[in-house]
Amino acid sequence: MRDVAIVGAASTPFGRSQWSLLKLMAEASHAAMTQARLGDRRIDAVCVANMGSARNNRQAGLASALVDRLNLFPAAAETVENGPASGASAVKVGFQAVASGMSDLVLVCGGERMREVNNLEATEFVSYLSHRYAEYPYGVTLPALAGMFARLFMAKHGVTAEHLAMVAMKNHANALLNPNAHIKMELSLEGILHSPHALMNNPFVADPLRFFDCCPVSDGAAAVLLAPAEMTSDLTDRPVRIAGIGQATDTQAVHERPDPTELTAVRIASQRAFEMAGLEPKDISLAELHDAFTILEIAQSEEVGFFKRGKGHIALAKGETQIGGRLPINTSGGLKAKGHPVGATGVSQIAELVFQLRGEAGKRQVKDPRHGFALNFGGFGNSVVATILSRGF
Amino acid sequence: MIDELEAMLRPPALEMAPYPPKFITLASGEVMVVRQASIDEVDTLLEVIDPLKHLHRDFYDIVSARLYSELLGWKVHRVRNEYCLVGVIDGVLAGIVNGRMFDERHGISYHTLALKRGLRVGAHLFAAKMEHHIEYLGEDEVWIVAESPIGHRRWMIEYPLATKFEIQHELGGAPSWVLTRETYFKAKPRLVVGTRPVPQDLLATSRPIKKPDLRTMLVQVEDTLEARL
Repeated sequence: MRDVAIVGAASTPFGRSQWSLLKLMAEASHAAMTQARLGDRRIDAVCVANMGSARNNRQAGLASALVDRLNLFPAAAETVENGPASGASAVKVGFQAVASGMSDLVLVCGGERMREVNNLEATEFVSYLSHRYAEYPYGVTLPALAGMFARLFMAKHGVTAEHLAMVAMKNHANALLNPNAHIKMELSLEGILHSPHALMNNPFVADPLRFFDCCPVSDGAAAVLLAPAEMTSDLTDRPVRIAGIGQATDTQAVHERPDPTELTAVRIASQRAFEMAGLEPKDISLAELHDAFTILEIAQSEEVGFFKRGKGHIALAKGETQIGGRLPINTSGGLKAKGHPVGATGVSQIAELVFQLRGEAGKRQVKDPRHGFALNFGGFGNSVVATILSRGF
Repeated sequence: MIDELEAMLRPPALEMAPYPPKFITLASGEVMVVRQASIDEVDTLLEVIDPLKHLHRDFYDIVSARLYSELLGWKVHRVRNEYCLVGVIDGVLAGIVNGRMFDERHGISYHTLALKRGLRVGAHLFAAKMEHHIEYLGEDEVWIVAESPIGHRRWMIEYPLATKFEIQHELGGAPSWVLTRETYFKAKPRLVVGTRPVPQDLLATSRPIKKPDLRTMLVQVEDTLEARL
């Protein structure tokens, strides 16, 4: 198996877009490709991550449409749909193509345009991830699952509403340093929790989760360009290596898990990625976790192995996960504030690690990072992809 | 002194109780003073609203154009029993709402315009408007229409309002909805917040009203990733 490098990474701003989905994806892809000294080399394959374009944007066959839009003929084209984990899944498919020797240059682009439909439809669309017979018919949405998970997890581990608010405040603060973030708004504990006016500012969505515990519905795209290790010196001076990838699946219906507060697929996917990379959680310089809901950042930080079970919220409260802390988490602002265009998210997390490892993250730059970790979480933890990137070779 | 003809053109006005100012701590930790605007502040409000009349995003154009004409009508005494409330953060205008008394029992809600988005400024100001009609003007109900889907979600669904399709709201043909005293007091614990009295030094920061930076306001209102580029 060949070593695989990322030689280009880019993202559009996330938010509400007037551009078409294809235009968003073309912008991100073009920006990623122009970072590499491609010369007259051709892109061999294009792998697209997307969850709902056929439903929300009346556009199917996205990958071949992107090849056409970017004039990358006759590159192979395929679309990966793996729920909100589509992005990291697509990077994995691209990695396999390069590592196997089947392709040399593979463009991976994740994109989603969710604001084309109203927010009720967007919530409905995302709820298709739930179990078709055991959850969906009873009105279960992703915020509802997260609310039930949060209630159990908080009772079991002593996590409080203040801890959830700390995640939101940290990630909103990080997003203020990220020009591509969707939400540019500082939050205060007083304003979202303690003030007598807080309930109006921050109403309950799925008790105990409030409005600012939930990620926004976003449009956006992100792209990375993959190449084999032996080509990287020709293509870039700052290669980033894909050191490890792990993937795992859990039951689709959350109630079928022996302990619904344990995210088994997160644990297994992470272990597999660490094993492949020959690294341990203590080696990681920064992490992008899938904080679609604030509680998930805390729970995932434990399942990945960064903190002992039940201690994630304590590390958070000590500031260990802030930029400048022992393990900065979600320097980009995370899904919580950078935004969550579902198909783009996994690629965007990996792009953020690339920016950090190349020292290009501007005001949110982590000091001298060597290894970055990304966790892309589909459904309610039933499909998980963990990716580890390392600086250079 | 007004001349005889002008006196004939001016509508007779009801006595209107003042809206006592309050302050609200927003999610960002910023403090918004909500107070009644005076007629001599209308020119400043019109200057802020003017560029928004051309912004189609989320129906800001129609809301701004109508609010502009309503405030102008109030300034030149052509609208009866009108009032205007403003939200001011650090002295800078963040939102405007207005309405009028139809008679002693019935209020008319006109418009709600948030200039700073994402902090529920519009929702807070709409709630203040309902508070004014029911608690200070002492009316029994307020007639309301929404001109944008956001307004429909915020007012009709969130309170929730009852239909009153049999009356013709003066903003046009959209079916009218109604907020009754009963609806208001049921919704009040959830939706109507604010602290009184406002400390004098805080209240003083809200006068004179400062206009928001034009580009910042337009990017905020447009709220698209392209606008940020």
